[in-house]
Amino acid sequence: MLKYTEDHEWLRAEGDEIVVGITAHASEQLGDVVFIELPEEGREVAAGEEIVVIESVKAASDITAPVAGVLTAVNSALADAPGDVNADPMAAWFFRIKPTEPGVMDGFLDEAAYQALIG
Amino acid sequence: MAEELRRTGLYDLHVARGARMVPFAGWEMPVQYPMGVMGEHLHTRGHAGLFDVSHMGQVLVVPKDGNLQTAALALESLIPADVLGLAEGRQRYGLFTNEDGGILDDLMFANRGDHYLLVVNAACADQDIAHLQGLDGVEIVPVTDRGLLALQGPEAAGVLSALIPGAAGMRFMDSAIMDWDGAEMWLSRSGYTGEDGFEISVPAARLAEFAQALLAQPGVEPIGLGARDSLRLEAGMPLYGHDMDAGVTPAEAALGWSIQKVRRPGGARAGGFPGAGRVLAELADGVAATRRGLRPEGRAPIREGVAIFAEAEGGEPIGTVSSGGFGPSVEGPIAMARIPSGIADGATLHAELRGKRLPVTVAPLPFITPSYKR
Repeated sequence: MLKYTEDHEWLRAEGDEIVVGITAHASEQLGDVVFIELPEEGREVAAGEEIVVIESVKAASDITAPVAGVLTAVNSALADAPGDVNADPMAAWFFRIKPTEPGVMDGFLDEAAYQALIG
Repeated sequence: MAEELRRTGLYDLHVARGARMVPFAGWEMPVQYPMGVMGEHLHTRGHAGLFDVSHMGQVLVVPKDGNLQTAALALESLIPADVLGLAEGRQRYGLFTNEDGGILDDLMFANRGDHYLLVVNAACADQDIAHLQGLDGVEIVPVTDRGLLALQGPEAAGVLSALIPGAAGMRFMDSAIMDWDGAEMWLSRSGYTGEDGFEISVPAARLAEFAQALLAQPGVEPIGLGARDSLRLEAGMPLYGHDMDAGVTPAEAALGWSIQKVRRPGGARAGGFPGAGRVLAELADGVAATRRGLRPEGRAPIREGVAIFAEAEGGEPIGTVSSGGFGPSVEGPIAMARIPSGIADGATLHAELRGKRLPVTVAPLPFITPSYKR
């Protein structure tokens, strides 16, 4: 199941965890990504907390935790190859989060709603 | 309500090429094309990039008495550079200073035999023209019926000489008038990238046609303002309004080299420009802080406004980043900042980014080796 946030993150449910990346639309808007700062694995985060820094050739931006939970994994390979976010945004995941509460995926946008959002 | 943005004669071409258009100095300009800033930057260093710089101001300064020396001396009353000694067909970089020695704008001026051609920054053009109109003995003629292109990169000379054969014989900072298919083209061998290349003033009626003719040549791609900024940053070139402004003097901006000996103490035409006392004293005695290069460790860019500290913890800022970003050709972040004089190249300072102090190394400018055709 793939869902989206209004902040242009994609969320993929895998078991009781959620894998998070940014959409192709977001990566196009950002431009060439040159630096990514990832959070520590195992960290407990609040929903909306800024946990990843993305620097593109144009500007810095943040990725927030879509839900409260524990970060079970981060994609440290991205730090050495930030351009992967532009090359294949759906494959370039940033972190996996185990939500504190179950069922949290329901509140996010589906494909049709996200496409409507970005027009 | 915001004033309506002006469009250059290449607006339709930019849009057709998929450019993302942004407001810049009152103009609607392409910041990038689908190739992206990184790709456009590297293309320019490897082949040839075509930039629309029609937003920049072109101004003729014509002596009313027909004697070029009249115009040269008038310009020297505003610009601390050797205008009189500039040979016909040559171009030079200069500054307009204010009474406090601050920089009002930077510009290129060319000796075209019976007048001078000036190219000034878009954002300062109106102010510069008003400033020039205060001069006696010269007519100030803003050029409103021409666009301006820059063709930059190692393949620029080959590409341009296919359309204008005479271009190949020009040297760095030559200025010439040449024909292209019946149109009068104003060429200079110069640019804002650190690469060999040309700036070409084209009659407005032929601008789009000429740009298309260049883009039809192999190796030429349109390049937006995003890559223009990263290219000039790698080349160590300051950007007006960022790396210097009316509160920054030539010495502080590390632009003392643009003031030739003849305008300095002991020179035949020493001083005689606004703020000369301070500007010349600073060149002789030094200043507290000057523009330098910084290479941050790691990959995180440090951008304009980031504070620089001497220490890894505590203390007060010793400077602020005036331009910074990622240098695609140096494959890392680069920046410029005014920092206290006397800090050696190679010294480690600290940039405060998102609450953390990151080490940065003071580095000589430019960050790349320019490849001008001298």
